[in-house]
Amino acid sequence: MSEVKFSKEHEWITLEGDVATIGITKHATEMLGDIVFAELPEKGSNVEKDGTAGVVESTKAASDVYTPVSGEVVDTNQAIVDDPSKINEDPEGSAWFFKLKMKDQSEMDSLMNKEEYDKFAKESAS
Amino acid sequence: MEIKKTSLNKLHQSNNAKFVEFAGYEMPIQYSKGIIEEHKFTRSHSGIFDVSHMGQLFIYGDESLTEELEKIFPLDLKNLKQNCSKYSFLMNEDAGIYDDLIITKIEEGYLIILNAACKDKDFEILSNLLGSKFKMNLDKNRSLIAIQGPKSVEILNSIINGVDQLNFMTGNWFDSDNQKLFVTRSGYTGEDGFEISISNDKAEKFVENLIEKGAQLIGLGARDTLRLEAGLCLYGHELDINKTPVEANLRWAISKSRLSNGGFIGSKKIMNQMQDGASQIRVGIKPEGRLIAREKTKIFDDTDTQIGEITSGTFGPSVNGPIAMGYVNKEFSKVDTKILLEVRGKKHPANVCALPFYKKNYVKGVN
Repeated sequence: MSEVKFSKEHEWITLEGDVATIGITKHATEMLGDIVFAELPEKGSNVEKDGTAGVVESTKAASDVYTPVSGEVVDTNQAIVDDPSKINEDPEGSAWFFKLKMKDQSEMDSLMNKEEYDKFAKESAS
Repeated sequence: MEIKKTSLNKLHQSNNAKFVEFAGYEMPIQYSKGIIEEHKFTRSHSGIFDVSHMGQLFIYGDESLTEELEKIFPLDLKNLKQNCSKYSFLMNEDAGIYDDLIITKIEEGYLIILNAACKDKDFEILSNLLGSKFKMNLDKNRSLIAIQGPKSVEILNSIINGVDQLNFMTGNWFDSDNQKLFVTRSGYTGEDGFEISISNDKAEKFVENLIEKGAQLIGLGARDTLRLEAGLCLYGHELDINKTPVEANLRWAISKSRLSNGGFIGSKKIMNQMQDGASQIRVGIKPEGRLIAREKTKIFDDTDTQIGEITSGTFGPSVNGPIAMGYVNKEFSKVDTKILLEVRGKKHPANVCALPFYKKNYVKGVN
């Protein structure tokens, strides 16, 4: 599995073969607060880099979830739809959102590594 | 304009509050535990709310003040006993609501608790209506602390002995720590609880004392989910200048004795609507599934005709599901009516339901 990469919209992504797994970062969940609703893209649908690919809602507000890369949705995590509090518990592990079959793996190149993202998150929070 | 701070601001900070601006004040939206934990703690134990941003208006006067206030509020104030509180509204001639409020008859006159965003305008309106005959004081030297939840009576009584003898919607002056506190048994969470009016310089120590006894600070986020579960209106959402108390389904707050003769501001419209019914009415709404329908969500019938709009919507932690309130055309206001909510371009099924979503635990009769 590839190194974890991060987007400016606070998604994380890992790549295994040509299948990317995408979720939202711990930092994102801390900003959102208690997550009480999650909506995921439909399996078989195609999503475009930086386009919306889902929604999360906290007790306070709704936020779009973006996809940092393009591809076909090959799997979604029903467990977080059934119990959205799992996203707060393990955002960068078992509470992944969806898996994409990537078209163009070079889309990964522009994303941040852990160190860059941590710095970005710290700056955008202040 | 510089953001205002309550006398508990430092205490909020040291308790890791996340702040938001609310009605010109820097207020805690939540603390480190988060809205759901704070909500549940209030329902099971005791939550402390800083509501010092709200207005505490003291109006001093005798029977002539009561007469003047009856020309303004739809209440039977002549028969209101001292230390008893009523929920009411400040309205315009069309019965549009400037503010909703709690008015308490006190020894020297009346104490009115006003919403933060409305209090300065309310003061102006009331000053114009009452003239200079009565002394009015929108007291900036006092903080207002609410303590809510089943353990609150025990905790507060251990600090202010005797508050356990108050009935719901009554209040009194109490002595504590060499000063006079005005305590009412009331609140806005659907739980038993109290609101304490205390001078600013004593507020922090008083709240620290409550925390020591086991109560916890709760932010505005949980205050909103608690009041929504309790089916209570929030000004600026369920209530505004374009809505009347009848439309807001708050007929119960209008004293029956005032409906025959009217004589209060907005009485004509109120009496008409009481007789003919309002064309739109506030209802409780439960979306099916987990979908949350926020404020401004459009409501449709099954023929694609818009029949209303959501005014508040969130996830109810104690209900463990999404809840909302909104206005619908009269013919759709019956409980169990199927409606559709348009969220992110799609229509989702929901049901009109009875309020409150969560059953109240008010203490009705101690004495």
